[in-house]
Amino acid sequence: MTSTDTRPAGVTGDRTGPRTAARPGRRGGPLARARAGLPTLVFLAPMLVIFGVFSWLPIGRAVVMSFQRTNLVSDPVFVGFANFQQVFADPQLWTAAQNTLYFAVLALLFGYPVPLVAAVLMSEVRKMRGLFSALAYLPVVVPPVVAVLLWKLFYDAGEDGVFNTVLGWFGIGPVAWLQDADIVMPSLVLEATWAAAGGTVIIYLAALTGVDPSLYEAAEIDGGGVWRKLWHITLPQLRGILLVTFILQIIGTAQVFLEPFLFTDGGPANRTLTLLLLIYRYAFTNSLGGDYGAAAALSLMLAVVLTGFSVLYFRLTRSWSS
Amino acid sequence: MTTSRAAAAVAAAALTVAGLAACSDDEPDDGRTHITVTIDAGLEQDAIDAFNTRIEQFEEANPDIAVETQEYTWTAGTFTAQLAGGTLPDVFTVPFTDGRGLIERGQIADIGDLTAELPYRDAYNPNIAAAGEDAEGDLWAVPIAAYGQGLHYNRTLFEAAGLDPDAPPTTWEEVRAAADRIAAETGEAGYAVMTNDNTGGWILTTVVNALGGRTDDGNGTATVDTPQMRQALADLQAMRWDDGSMGDNFLYDWATINQDFASGRIGMYVSGGGNYGNLFTQNALNPDDYGLTVLPLADDPNAGVLGGGTLAAVSPNAEADEQAAAVKWIDFYYMEKLTVQEAAVADAEVKAETGQPVGAPELPVFDKATYDEVQTWIADYVNVPVDQMAPYTGQVFDQPLLNEPTVATQEVYGVLDTVVQTVLTEEGADVDALLETAQTEAQAAIDAAA
Repeated sequence: MTSTDTRPAGVTGDRTGPRTAARPGRRGGPLARARAGLPTLVFLAPMLVIFGVFSWLPIGRAVVMSFQRTNLVSDPVFVGFANFQQVFADPQLWTAAQNTLYFAVLALLFGYPVPLVAAVLMSEVRKMRGLFSALAYLPVVVPPVVAVLLWKLFYDAGEDGVFNTVLGWFGIGPVAWLQDADIVMPSLVLEATWAAAGGTVIIYLAALTGVDPSLYEAAEIDGGGVWRKLWHITLPQLRGILLVTFILQIIGTAQVFLEPFLFTDGGPANRTLTLLLLIYRYAFTNSLGGDYGAAAALSLMLAVVLTGFSVLYFRLTRSWSS
Repeated sequence: MTTSRAAAAVAAAALTVAGLAACSDDEPDDGRTHITVTIDAGLEQDAIDAFNTRIEQFEEANPDIAVETQEYTWTAGTFTAQLAGGTLPDVFTVPFTDGRGLIERGQIADIGDLTAELPYRDAYNPNIAAAGEDAEGDLWAVPIAAYGQGLHYNRTLFEAAGLDPDAPPTTWEEVRAAADRIAAETGEAGYAVMTNDNTGGWILTTVVNALGGRTDDGNGTATVDTPQMRQALADLQAMRWDDGSMGDNFLYDWATINQDFASGRIGMYVSGGGNYGNLFTQNALNPDDYGLTVLPLADDPNAGVLGGGTLAAVSPNAEADEQAAAVKWIDFYYMEKLTVQEAAVADAEVKAETGQPVGAPELPVFDKATYDEVQTWIADYVNVPVDQMAPYTGQVFDQPLLNEPTVATQEVYGVLDTVVQTVLTEEGADVDALLETAQTEAQAAIDAAA
């Protein structure tokens, strides 16, 4: 029980008594529900309207659209599963799926451990932890488009590009960061990791403060070093958070769009064409009116796959997270 | 407490209603017809001033119409989104290639009756007018400009490489040799090509046309795998991998290649002959650097220069009075300067006074005689380096002009983007396999569009 549970009624705003006593009242009869309901509904209304109009309605429309042929100007025509068949027959689907998987694996290998290591190291620092947190979080504050434009300068393939200048000091390069088919995807992952790691670092740091210090003290008394403490205390204590950030990372990387769109537009030669970029191409690159049906169909397929994966993941890991 | 909670609830409800009300965009009820018109995105202040002056002149002549501006530059991706979202201005421009498709799908307003009243309606070059006509010959979209592709080159880099900027290349072999020399002597890209956002296919098609080839036969069959296509790709491979004269950026689109050319990082590139305006007003090109010549044409009876142009169209959401006002604006802003001496002079005067380019080369939308006459009207205001464009203007009218493919144009260009990117980023790319795949994909795109 946390300290807030013991606050007097006046502080919680509940006039019927302590918070614990109020709970049965909320689940009580229709009269009590109606009395609490009207103001609640009024306060909820803006959120419900905004989510309804800008989130749920478009989702519903996208599902309907996946069974239609439409250019959003003329009347739509229902075409059954034709859009899904068309998407499955598109050879670029498999290219995009492979590229997305490649991005996700690279991001998992490099992007997933980096925030954890950074957070653990920062939690060990006794001074200026706030400064390090701010520095780690700074890239998240930079608008994503600005960040990509900045990194485009870093990735300039010429000898005078920022990274190539640095490599040149060691007699390496120049490297064609975005032009070389073999290097372009790791280049995108590097920038994406830089841009997103800060947010995860903050989550890990917050979780680390919840680890009971007496566990570390006990480990030290038993002669445990840094690695043993990390392996036997930190990671087990963080496993709930780690499991959540893992699935969030998978969902996020499966929907990668910004980096391939702004850095390379899917190039060179479709090497960075991802599923979301393919959806975008279906919808928007034909200037005569996009294939919104196919775009909606692929979006729906991706959503179903990710939902299925998430359900499976949480089922399989239920025993670990408890 | 109950009172304050109720007050808060009322306030929340009021805010919600106010928020929703703010979403509406009712026009001011001042008795005038309000239209939004297109202004290029990213213009220098002088160009914006010149545009606003033209609006004032229009509103003075048409007091019942109010004109507002909306920044707009046609790109395939943003145009589709704006079209679907209903956020296009009332008057907007599209390339010739999109005219027929938009008309067939009813995605632009049918202004055929209004354009039939324009005094110069029948004076159009029939080939040009066809881009904006429906099957019955009604003009839904007004051709406002036409161009032929040209070879833009940087005179300063030519001089630095020991080349004569007054004698630009006249064959593709000379283009390759000049590119090699520029890269070796200056370290900049001797020759660069666009590759992204369907522009790679556009430029590759241009070069293939100049060599005598086509990307379709005009009867629904893709002709991607041709000797001319192989020649064009072989030249690119040689410049990229043997000579190393194409710099280090192989992901250019129209905007970024203009940027790099204007900043002196590219020796030569192929684009529309009227590109000077964009290079100068949006990319701060130093006029002294600029040179323009015609595309080298192969000694082949089918060789020609790919042309294109711009149509002004009206949003399908415009009401009847807005459509009428929109056509008046198109007539005033885009067309009168091509047909009426007073308007041509007024337009040139405003541009010249505000430091905007006057006299950049175009191709005639009517006939050569009308075009030449306009040039004499505005001769006093011409401020672009015409001598540096003489290799182009002196020869382009003698070159056979070819129209862009009409079916699935952008899709086929997109397919060819991948071919160009592969050739430029993978050493020893298998051209046979690439063209086999491209042929299949281009045919599928043409079949789907038909």
